[in-house]
Amino acid sequence: MTMPRFAAGDDPGASFPDLLRKLGIDPFPSMSGAVVEANLRGGGSDNAIPHATTCLALTYDRGVVMAGDRRATMGNIISTRSVEKVVPADDLSGVAIAGTAGLAMEMIKLFQLQLEYYEKVEGQALSLEGKANQLSMMVRSNMPAAMQGLGVVPLFAGYDPLVSRGRLGGRYEERDFVAVGSGSMLASTVLRVGWRKNLSRDAAIELAARALWEASDTDTATGGPDILRGIYPIVASIDANGWSRVSDESLASTYEAIMREVRSR
Amino acid sequence: MSMPFYVSPEQMMKDRADYARKGIARGRALVALQTPSCIVIVAENPSTTLRKVSEIYDRIAFAGVGKYNEFDQLRVAGVRAAELRGYQYSRNDVDARSLANQYAQVLGDVFSTSGPKPLEVELLVAEVGDTQEHDRLFHILYDGTLLDERRFSVLGGDAEGISKRLESTYRDDLDLATAIKVAVSALTGPERSVAADDLEIATLVRNGRRRSFSRISDEAVAAALR
Repeated sequence: MTMPRFAAGDDPGASFPDLLRKLGIDPFPSMSGAVVEANLRGGGSDNAIPHATTCLALTYDRGVVMAGDRRATMGNIISTRSVEKVVPADDLSGVAIAGTAGLAMEMIKLFQLQLEYYEKVEGQALSLEGKANQLSMMVRSNMPAAMQGLGVVPLFAGYDPLVSRGRLGGRYEERDFVAVGSGSMLASTVLRVGWRKNLSRDAAIELAARALWEASDTDTATGGPDILRGIYPIVASIDANGWSRVSDESLASTYEAIMREVRSR
Repeated sequence: MSMPFYVSPEQMMKDRADYARKGIARGRALVALQTPSCIVIVAENPSTTLRKVSEIYDRIAFAGVGKYNEFDQLRVAGVRAAELRGYQYSRNDVDARSLANQYAQVLGDVFSTSGPKPLEVELLVAEVGDTQEHDRLFHILYDGTLLDERRFSVLGGDAEGISKRLESTYRDDLDLATAIKVAVSALTGPERSVAADDLEIATLVRNGRRRSFSRISDEAVAAALR
């Protein structure tokens, strides 16, 4: 392996995807239509844009809470029960992804790498808005694959030190909360009813857990808390001190309370 | 038609080496010390934005002396080489030795063949290990000479004098504050002193976390020097 060096006018700068392209490694290869068509014909083309999941984010008084279920599906089959769809992107932001699992994981990996790469090359981290724009550019680069049924629908949230509050968004920036995936309608209804200005962290976590519960209650592609196996959704908060994931024990008691309330209905 | 003068290869190499050495000696020196808790890198650098010491990868730091634009380009090339390797293989497959070899290759190449002039830089590639024995300090000279150093490493002008001072003051069980003091007094010598905000200090901490690089603030440096 030789060290990559470029002439001044040819330098890809602080963009890792551009560096990859310069070296002939395209991180978002355009798929040949025939291959994708064959795949779709073989696997059934009902879910042309598969986004079977529910991920959400909402703001609270000191930042944002992100949450996502753990289920991965292939048609009507549960293929994995413990997928981590919500991951930290860097110290102050996180990303949740609905869509084609393999491509989504690949995109998250590239996104995390890009944020760190930029920070090292430039000597300072990107602004939160810069990070969001980077992610949106990656989604756009993935358009050829998305048009052929391999879409990735991310949700981005983080703490913005420039305005000292949490910010979040999917297609575009939202103010209070956002949900993506097949259960997003169900989850965002719960969020819309329950969201208040300046929620505490605990209240925001409880609301996120409840929104996922209601989504999983009706949407078959969204997993609920799996008490039998001890698998709970991923819930995490991001504030000025960074990413902190809510422990399974704490989620277990949150869900215990939700279930008690449901039983007493 | 003019005839080029004959210059013997020995003379040409000597001229190039003198040129590079002079360029490097104009700048301030830099030292890196192994301690039980970290590798600490101390540089004299009045600028707070043009860095001499920076992060390359999870456990690897880079430091350069000499001409800023030249070593900064090499720094970026190093970040790229490391990130590419991590992306294509795994983060565990990125190591200082391979990076140092690549730097040596670039510097050697420019020195002896491809460049109109040698690069006026000296580089350090440091990697923190689980224990002090597994730390790596690779020192690369302007002509591509690669040195694998132990305990401490000195780059830049007056390296000999600084090394001599460190020989007598360095121990391998220093805590961070003492290590900073030892490094600074070796850099300045007995006659000179330097203010905390003219120092750039960074550490590779042996803490088991993924990214081990961290900078030490001017206040913390001032406290350590007090």
